[in-house]
Amino acid sequence: MSKWDISGLNEWKSDEFPLGAVIPESGNSRDYVTGGWRSQRPERNDATCTQCLICWIMCPDSAVNTEDEKVTTFNLRHCKGCGVCANQCPVDAITMVPEGCDLPEVK
Amino acid sequence: MPTQKTIAATGNTVVAEAMRQCAPDMMAAYPITPQTTIVEEFAGFVAKGRVHTEYITVESEHSAMSACVGASAAGARVMTATSSQGLALMWEELHIASGMRLPIVMANANRALSAPINIHCDHSDIMGARDTGWITLFAETAQEAYDNTIMAIRIAEHPDVLLPTMSCLDGFITTHSIDRVCIMDDESVAGFVGEYTPQNALLDIENPVTHGSFAGLGGPFFEFKKSQRMAIERSRAVINEVGAEFSELSGRPFGMVETWGMEDADVAVVVIGSTAGNVRHVARRMRESGIKAGVVKIRCFRPFPYAELAEALSGVKAVAVMDRAESFGAEGGPLFLEVRSALYDAAERVPVINYIYGLGGSDVRLELIETVLNDLSEIAVGAQAPTGLVYLGSR
Ligand code: SF4
Ligand code: SF4
Repeated sequence: MSKWDISGLNEWKSDEFPLGAVIPESGNSRDYVTGGWRSQRPERNDATCTQCLICWIMCPDSAVNTEDEKVTTFNLRHCKGCGVCANQCPVDAITMVPEGCDLPEVK
Repeated sequence: MPTQKTIAATGNTVVAEAMRQCAPDMMAAYPITPQTTIVEEFAGFVAKGRVHTEYITVESEHSAMSACVGASAAGARVMTATSSQGLALMWEELHIASGMRLPIVMANANRALSAPINIHCDHSDIMGARDTGWITLFAETAQEAYDNTIMAIRIAEHPDVLLPTMSCLDGFITTHSIDRVCIMDDESVAGFVGEYTPQNALLDIENPVTHGSFAGLGGPFFEFKKSQRMAIERSRAVINEVGAEFSELSGRPFGMVETWGMEDADVAVVVIGSTAGNVRHVARRMRESGIKAGVVKIRCFRPFPYAELAEALSGVKAVAVMDRAESFGAEGGPLFLEVRSALYDAAERVPVINYIYGLGGSDVRLELIETVLNDLSEIAVGAQAPTGLVYLGSR
C-alpha cells in the first residue's frame, strides 16, 4: 500500500479530510515520534538479562528492539520512558535513568 | 406494494418489530424504564432466531453506546435503544458516534431526568442531547415510531449523511399504550432499508484504517466539526427524499413539519410528540366555535426545519409553542427558542408565547390546551400577550 499523502494537510478544506477523522492506513504511529515526551530512559544490563523477552512483550510502544530473538537496544525515537519494562523485568536488569544531565553523553 | 397488516400493539412492540425487520448486525443495550420492552422483545427475537443480531448485554448505557461505536466502526449495522438517565449516561459517546460519522440508529423513550426521581414522559432527555450531532426524529404515535425507526436507517446510512440518528417516542404515552399500527411485511422493509455497505470498516483487512485519531492543537478539529455541520445540512434533502419514498411505499404521509388546519389559521400551536393529537382534537373543536386554529407538529428536530416552519406559520396572528422540556434561565424552552428564531426573518412580527407543559408526565388535559387556544385567539385580536413563559396548569 502506498503511503497516505498528507503533504497538503494544512490547506485541506473541511470536505477534503477523510470521513470521521479516519486515517486511511494502518501502522503510521511509526511516523509519529514520541521519544521527546520521555523524562527517563531505560538502560538494560546485558550481564544480568536472561533474554526472557518479557520487556519486549510488555512495552506499550513496541520500543524494545530485538535481533535473532534477543533484546538489543531500545528504540528511543518512540520509547516514552513509562518504565513498564523496568517494572516487569523479573531480574531487575532494566534501570530507569533520568533523561538529561546524569547521562554519560551529557557529562 | 408491501403487504401490510394492522395490529394492536404498544409503541415499544412496534419499534422492536421495526428493528427486527431492519436486521441490525449488532445491538448493545441496557434496559431502562420506559424503554425496557423494546430491548426485551428484541432479545426475544434473537433468542428465538427470528433475527441474526449479535446482542451484547452490558453493565450500563455508557458501555452500551461504547460497544455500539466499536461495532459500527468495525462495519456493522448497529441499533440500540435507551431513555432518560440512560441517554444522559451515554452523553460522551453520543458525541463520539457523530464525530466518527457512525450511522447508529437508536430509539429513545422520552422520559424526565431526576431529581426528583420520575420515570414519566417529558423531553428533557433528548433536549439535553440536542447538540450532540444526532439527527433526531419524533413520533406522535406508535405508527410514527415504527415508520421513523425504519426511515432512520436509510437516513443515517445515506452516503451524503453518515450520521447517527435517533427515533424518539413519548415514554409510557406512546411506548406503553396500545395503538392501532400498520406493519409492513419483512421483505418490503428489507428491500426499503437495503444492505449496509460500511465505509472504512475496521474489519476490512484488505484496506486497513485507523479509527479514533487525534486532531488536537493545531490539528484540523475545527474542520471536522464544519464537515459535520455540512453533513447534517445535506441530511435535510435526504430526510425529505427518504420520507417521500417511504410514504409512497406505506401510504402514510411524512414531513419534517406536519400541519393541520394551517391553510386559513389565525392562531397556531407548535408542538412535538404525542400531545399533537390532543392539540388537533381541541383545535377541531374550537373551529366549531369560530376560532380558526391550526397545529404545526415538528417531526424532525435535528436538523431543525426552519424554512418549513416559517412558511407554515406565515399569515397567523399569534403562535403558541408548547415545550415539554425546560431550558432553565433561557428565554423559553428549547422548541420556543428554535421557533422564535425561525420567525425572526418573517415580514410581520407576531406574538409567540411559550407554554411549558407536561414535565415528568404531568397530565395535559384537554381543558388546558383549550386555555392555550383561548389565550391565542384573544392575543390575535389585540389582547396583551403574557410576559415570559407560562407553566401550563401548574400551581
Ligand atoms: S525482561 Fe529483563 S531479563 Fe527479560 S529480556 Fe527484558 S531485560 Fe532481559
Ligand atoms: S520505558 Fe516504556 S516505552 Fe520505553 S521501552 Fe520501556 S516499556 Fe517501552
